[in-house]
Amino acid sequence: MQPTQQVLIPEVIQQIPLNYYLIFSTALFVIGIIGVLTRRNAIIIFMSIELMLNAVNMLLIAFSSYKSDPTGQVFVFFIMAVAAAEVAVGLAIIVMIYRNTRSIDIGALNKLKW
Amino acid sequence: MNELLAHFKQLTPTGYLFWILAFVTVLSAIVVVTARNPIHSVLALIATFFCLSGHYVLLNAQFLAAVNIIVYAGAIMVLFLFTIMFLNLRKEDEESKTSLAKIAAVIVGGTLMVLMLGIFKAAQVGSYNAIAFDAKTGLVENLGMVLYGDYLLPFELASVLFLVAMVGAVMLGKREAGDRHF
Repeated sequence: MQPTQQVLIPEVIQQIPLNYYLIFSTALFVIGIIGVLTRRNAIIIFMSIELMLNAVNMLLIAFSSYKSDPTGQVFVFFIMAVAAAEVAVGLAIIVMIYRNTRSIDIGALNKLKW
Repeated sequence: MNELLAHFKQLTPTGYLFWILAFVTVLSAIVVVTARNPIHSVLALIATFFCLSGHYVLLNAQFLAAVNIIVYAGAIMVLFLFTIMFLNLRKEDEESKTSLAKIAAVIVGGTLMVLMLGIFKAAQVGSYNAIAFDAKTGLVENLGMVLYGDYLLPFELASVLFLVAMVGAVMLGKREAGDRHF
């Protein structure tokens, strides 16, 4: 790498403060939390969890890009791999719940409540 | 507020693209949570993932933008759509929780948001380092060196995780002798 090479910084990184990414990711995460707390459909709760995972990914990538550290992006890669495995098992569990209770309403799953 | 206005004045088209993408992302995330029909939720979630991939491209993380589209918008959302259509949920319209529970959930979420905003005000996140900045951080070449160097063992363990998840999903999904057919 020549020392004379011009350093190219993406325009977004030059113009948008890192704080705005923090606020944006927090908003996505909070929307996911509200989804988990308000819905009763197990699949939509699952999708809200995916939303929260993606909010965290977004923040990791933003920090990694701003600080030029590839480790954060490797973590995101692993999060995506684990999320894929989690979705496969989770959806299998939801299909099994449907098979046993004929619905995916989590209100029906109260055996462990008390 | 004036600070935000001054911020908007100095933006170039790429900066505006960030705001538009962020707005669409949050909007489709809200649709995911509020839509009545689960299919609409899935479609909104796909839109959210594409917008997030756009953010990754803006941040010069092209590899993860591609992986995000392939893994999330491709594989995971197809699984979700397939399950929703497989379960045939149209006939039962989901009765939602009481409005008291909904208000409580929104209050909990809003409190967390305000709390985090307060923390961010006090936190020193810093900014980019203009001299040491490396624009190639998110490209395949750079990430591959780290992934197959420092993180080789977790990478191999991920394959074991996939094997276990695959076996688990098949075992859970298999119909046993006494089960109903549907």
